[in-house]
Amino acid sequence: MFSDFKKYLSRNLWSGFLFGIGLAAFIDETVFHQLLRWHHFYDRSTTDVGLISDGLFHAFSWFATIWGLFLLADLRRKQGFWFKRWWGGMLVGSGGFQLYDGIIQHKLMRIHQIRYVENILPYDLIWNIIAAIMILVGCILLFQTKNHEKKSKGMGATYEQ
Amino acid sequence: MNNNHNHHSTWDTLDLYFIIGFCLLLFIYVLAAVFANHKNRKWPLYRTIFWILGILCAAISLVGPIANRAHFDFTFHMIGHLLLGMLSPLLMVLAAPISLMMRALSVTASRRLSRVLRSWPIRAISDPIASSLLNIGGLWILYLTDLYSLMHQNVFLHLIIHIHVFLAGYLFTSSMISFDPNPHKASFTYRACVLISALASHGILSKLIYANPPASVSKVQAEAGAMLMYYGGDLIDLVLIYFLCLEWYKATRPRAITIPT
Repeated sequence: MFSDFKKYLSRNLWSGFLFGIGLAAFIDETVFHQLLRWHHFYDRSTTDVGLISDGLFHAFSWFATIWGLFLLADLRRKQGFWFKRWWGGMLVGSGGFQLYDGIIQHKLMRIHQIRYVENILPYDLIWNIIAAIMILVGCILLFQTKNHEKKSKGMGATYEQ
Repeated sequence: MNNNHNHHSTWDTLDLYFIIGFCLLLFIYVLAAVFANHKNRKWPLYRTIFWILGILCAAISLVGPIANRAHFDFTFHMIGHLLLGMLSPLLMVLAAPISLMMRALSVTASRRLSRVLRSWPIRAISDPIASSLLNIGGLWILYLTDLYSLMHQNVFLHLIIHIHVFLAGYLFTSSMISFDPNPHKASFTYRACVLISALASHGILSKLIYANPPASVSKVQAEAGAMLMYYGGDLIDLVLIYFLCLEWYKATRPRAITIPT
């Protein structure tokens, strides 16, 4: 029973994390590419590495969305779903994606910019600060739910005796 | 003028061959379904419908208005590519043709068929990496070399490339998800990793086409076609990923619920 509980703890994290990456990519695609059309499909300054990174990330996020939801369905079916921990993973996943996208893909690999305006700095700052806050809140939730694990470890031990 | 006419009639003959081929594929499947229904449990109707839809998709991309416009309009070429190389194979994999054959054939014949499926050449090409290389690698060669322009001038090349696109698409799809018995099935993780890489190279290729169109293609058409390839590919891959994950979901079903059959 106890080992199952431990397995579910990490599964909740992973399910949330993967779904978070997929969600961030989905919002990026629908809101910023399709609705606002701030992002470009292809930017002439894109590096080769940027193109490969973008392709791999796009493909992985597509897979992660579905895979994360299947993990969630599996947790629910085994009654091991823990919303708070899942939510923590979700925030770290989507924040991490956004920070990677905002700093490495936009700035270093120059895939495209957030918006094609003269002063882009405010956009970059807001984009990356929101990402950092999401990661921070996610980490707090994950630490809180990890403490819970220690308590239940004690409980598991008393049950075993 | 005369030359022009000859050129036209060669393409018409090609259309005729395609139509005959599709009718044969349709006829064999329906006949096998009728045989199987007489012998065993009923063959599910939805599988037959998937097969018919799969053939229709391939037929639309090879014969008729879309196919004709594809000769000079790259956007229509891409519609055809999505139908022939991705959607049609997916629908035909869902139709489980090999299972149907196993049911319809006699015991000796179906054993012979399964021996062929287990042989090393089939094993070699049905590996996810090999099938991805045949599928996506073929596309890279087609769109980034002069092959794309040559294809529109040579009927034989046109035929070979289109048959390759379809077969490679089917091979790729069935190496990822399969409703047929697959003696060489790779592990879930392996298939997932290869699928992600293949999906990524499909996306990268479409952005490369957007930036550097094939020789005979205008910029406007290349951009529209590339975006169609990118987003259309995403939609079909979504279904592929769904079925791959569903397989994992079924395999990890809690034991208490599993009913032995």
